[in-house]
Amino acid sequence: MADVALRNVVKRYDEVEAVRGVSLNIPDKEFVVLVGPSGCGKSTTLRMIAGLEEISAGDILIGGDVVNDVPPRDRDIAMVFQNYALYPHMTVFENMSFGLKLRRTPKAEIKARVERAAQILSITDLLERRPKQLSGGQRQRVAMGRAIVRNPKVFLFDEPLSNLDAKLRVQMRTEIKRVHQKVKTTTIYVTHDQVEAMTLADRVVVMNDGRIEQVGTPHELYHLPKTRFVAGFIGSPAMNFMPCRLEKNGAGLVLNVADGLSFPVPANRAGRYGAVVGKPMIFGLRPEHITEPRGGGESDKSEFTVNLDVVEPMGMETMVFFRLNGTEICGRVEPTSATGPGEPMRLRANLNHMHLIDPTTNLAL
Amino acid sequence: MTAEALSHPVPRSSASRASLKRNRSWALIASYFFLILFAIFFLVPPYYMIVTSLKSDAEVAHMATNPWIISNGITFEQYRLLFVESDFLIYFKNTIIVTLCVVVITMVVSVLAAFSLSRMKFWGSGILATGIFLTYLVPDTLLFIPLFQIVRGLGLLNSYWSMVLVYPTLTVPFCTWIMIGYFQSIPKELDEAALIDGAGHMQMLFKIFIPVALPGIIAATIFAFTVSWAAFVYPIAFLYSADQQVLTVGTVTSLIRADVYKWGMLMAGALVAAAPPLVIYAFLMDYYIAGLTAGATKG
Amino acid sequence: MMRQRSVVAFAMCLPLILIIAGLIIYPAFYSIFLSMLNKSQTRFIGLDNFAFLLGRDTFWMVVEQSAIFALSAVFFKALIGLITAHLINNLPTKGQRKWRGMLLVPWVIPLALSTLGWWWLFDPTHSALNWLIVLLGGDEIAWLSNPYWARFSVILVNVWYGAPFFLIMYLAALKSVPEQLYEAASIDGANAWQKFVHITLPMMRNIIAITVLFSLIVTFANFDIVQIMTAGGPRNMTHVFATYAFLTGIRSGDIPLGSAVSLFMVPILAVSAIFILRGVRKRAREIGA
Repeated sequence: MADVALRNVVKRYDEVEAVRGVSLNIPDKEFVVLVGPSGCGKSTTLRMIAGLEEISAGDILIGGDVVNDVPPRDRDIAMVFQNYALYPHMTVFENMSFGLKLRRTPKAEIKARVERAAQILSITDLLERRPKQLSGGQRQRVAMGRAIVRNPKVFLFDEPLSNLDAKLRVQMRTEIKRVHQKVKTTTIYVTHDQVEAMTLADRVVVMNDGRIEQVGTPHELYHLPKTRFVAGFIGSPAMNFMPCRLEKNGAGLVLNVADGLSFPVPANRAGRYGAVVGKPMIFGLRPEHITEPRGGGESDKSEFTVNLDVVEPMGMETMVFFRLNGTEICGRVEPTSATGPGEPMRLRANLNHMHLIDPTTNLAL
Repeated sequence: MTAEALSHPVPRSSASRASLKRNRSWALIASYFFLILFAIFFLVPPYYMIVTSLKSDAEVAHMATNPWIISNGITFEQYRLLFVESDFLIYFKNTIIVTLCVVVITMVVSVLAAFSLSRMKFWGSGILATGIFLTYLVPDTLLFIPLFQIVRGLGLLNSYWSMVLVYPTLTVPFCTWIMIGYFQSIPKELDEAALIDGAGHMQMLFKIFIPVALPGIIAATIFAFTVSWAAFVYPIAFLYSADQQVLTVGTVTSLIRADVYKWGMLMAGALVAAAPPLVIYAFLMDYYIAGLTAGATKG
Repeated sequence: MMRQRSVVAFAMCLPLILIIAGLIIYPAFYSIFLSMLNKSQTRFIGLDNFAFLLGRDTFWMVVEQSAIFALSAVFFKALIGLITAHLINNLPTKGQRKWRGMLLVPWVIPLALSTLGWWWLFDPTHSALNWLIVLLGGDEIAWLSNPYWARFSVILVNVWYGAPFFLIMYLAALKSVPEQLYEAASIDGANAWQKFVHITLPMMRNIIAITVLFSLIVTFANFDIVQIMTAGGPRNMTHVFATYAFLTGIRSGDIPLGSAVSLFMVPILAVSAIFILRGVRKRAREIGA
């Protein structure tokens, strides 16, 4: 059990910087997910923590000790690979006990630890089989078992669910969470799937182009994104972005989105946004906050009518797509409220959940 | 495990920062060192052959000087003597004729058979495919005596056409095996697309299989060439007169006159005879190696 | 249509079948028939030739030398191949091709011709190797005239010639082991030697077996080296089956006896061939994970 700290870690390949000064503190027992698009540096960062890649600059500490030059086998970590990396010529039992055997653990203890891990992962009846006789999900469990058995200071997961089909992925996600609750070891998990990140993590680290965009709990990232990238990356379907301009309207502010389409800005935000009146800004609003009208009163000013382009019935809800000033916008309505493609529909924008982003800095206000 | 502990890490980094890198450099230096030793071992004989071939007869016979270097000036006399005063060029001509014929025969037989065995099923095709691999394991030194008898019966003894007859036993099985492997790796969808486009079997073979499997064809051709060029057992058993002899045997046996070994000429002859395979290797190394490994790694 | 396809397919295989049947299978069986005739091939004498050979000391020396030759040569070839494959694999990828190219040269030169070169290196009066040895303070070695050194020389040339083949095979096999297995082993706590023993060797087990068995067959039947350098001498102590068969069958003109000699190779070749085939099939299954 240990905490992990990264201090200004940099990874350079010839002239290219894959990781550009990443700093992060991960307390003991926390489940942290590094998420971001391909090439953002998350896997490289994970591999540097594992010792599989050399660090170009900066420090990595595990349990308070700097481990920059410590080889992987002495870092007391365990890793689950995307392709499982199970030893094809060994049985499941041998795969799981390999690391312990190398450390001369007594046979009785090996047996006890392997059986305990097998029980946690429900693979007890697979112990004498070989990897090629197992399904993808079973192999993934064995890979996790191999990691659990070592009782390491840190668990590292490198996109472990990417090779599984969608349904299995959802099942394994729950498995992983359950195992973490039982085993209570610091876990660093890499994925490109933001849904996985949101459901598994205590805290999420969003990375882009070698840098950390934002670190926070899933709630913070979803509702209080600090940058345009995070706002657009987290949440599915993605947040809508529209160019806009703030204007004064009497005592309050009004958000002008398109010709003739303006929304009143909620009073509690007007103070914050006062400085950027008149400047071109970007208005962000999640699809679930563009809904059918509620009926009556002050909400009228947030209502508008558009012609729908595409209607996607999802069963529980229906996604409607339309255009505002050339930008495609997505809204979420009750299945019964939606009209049809090409037909007009009355919608309401809930600006209490709006985000305002400065296009010059890409930071949210 | 707390924030305070993090701000005062155990200072281990500065001393061991270089150690991981240093370990890796030592391993690399050791690798190069041993590789150089092995390279010397492997390249010394050819080097010495070159050096000897460029010396005069006198220097070759002279024993006091360092034999590993040329002390009295480079001379091409040995090569001149080789071409002018010995039957070397006849051997060269014969070898070229034999090798070209054998390569053509081999490739035609192998490609046709491989195409048939990898794509069309007929009674016994599976057995035949395994059988081909087994026949490759039958060595020439087992067959050369009965074949001697057979060739004598055919009246082909002491004619280089007997080589054209028997060399395919050395090349066809393995080349067919290689080509089967390459043809099998062509996805069946290509066949189906061609069939829909209206192609017949021969067209499929020439317009699709051969072009797509071209690396395999090149590798197999190189293999057939080098094996034919280097064959020694059959020519030494079946051929006697100089005008029919091939390079390998000719260079070794007939450049020795009355117990006087003309080593300078021998080395020159050996090098010139070895040149064609070496040149092919130099330019087409990847295909050469692909031919070798195709047998084992394609299983 | 189907029958027409079958006929066409069979026709395309016909040349192959003819070559194999006529030039490989038929001579092999013919050889058995021949071995049971007398020298002038007028009478059938059953297994007399075989009995004769088994009674001759020279023949038993051939058996002994062939075994020593094949087993030690293959062992060293495999060992050198494995070592050099690892050494090359350790280099940065860009340089590997160069080294591989250099180290494969012995295999590319036709064996008969490179044997000539070695013969010159071993020449009793002019040996360049002896020159070096004397320079370093040692005694001249009778490479080809002393029977035990002659055996050594023959094995040395075979190892020199055949090791590159093993190098190429093992290098390809090394590269086929997924890098992630080594990474997982690193994290599990393995050092370099443990990775070699627990990951590299097991994964390469089949290809090692196939190449060794294959080489046993080829080395066992080797002809060129012994014939050129020693012609079986001195005192018949370097004769292998192939050269002895050549001597008795072709040079001395006793074809039936020569056939008998060659046929003694068959049991060993057959056993090796069976193991190779099993190994090749097993590999295809195991890797098809």
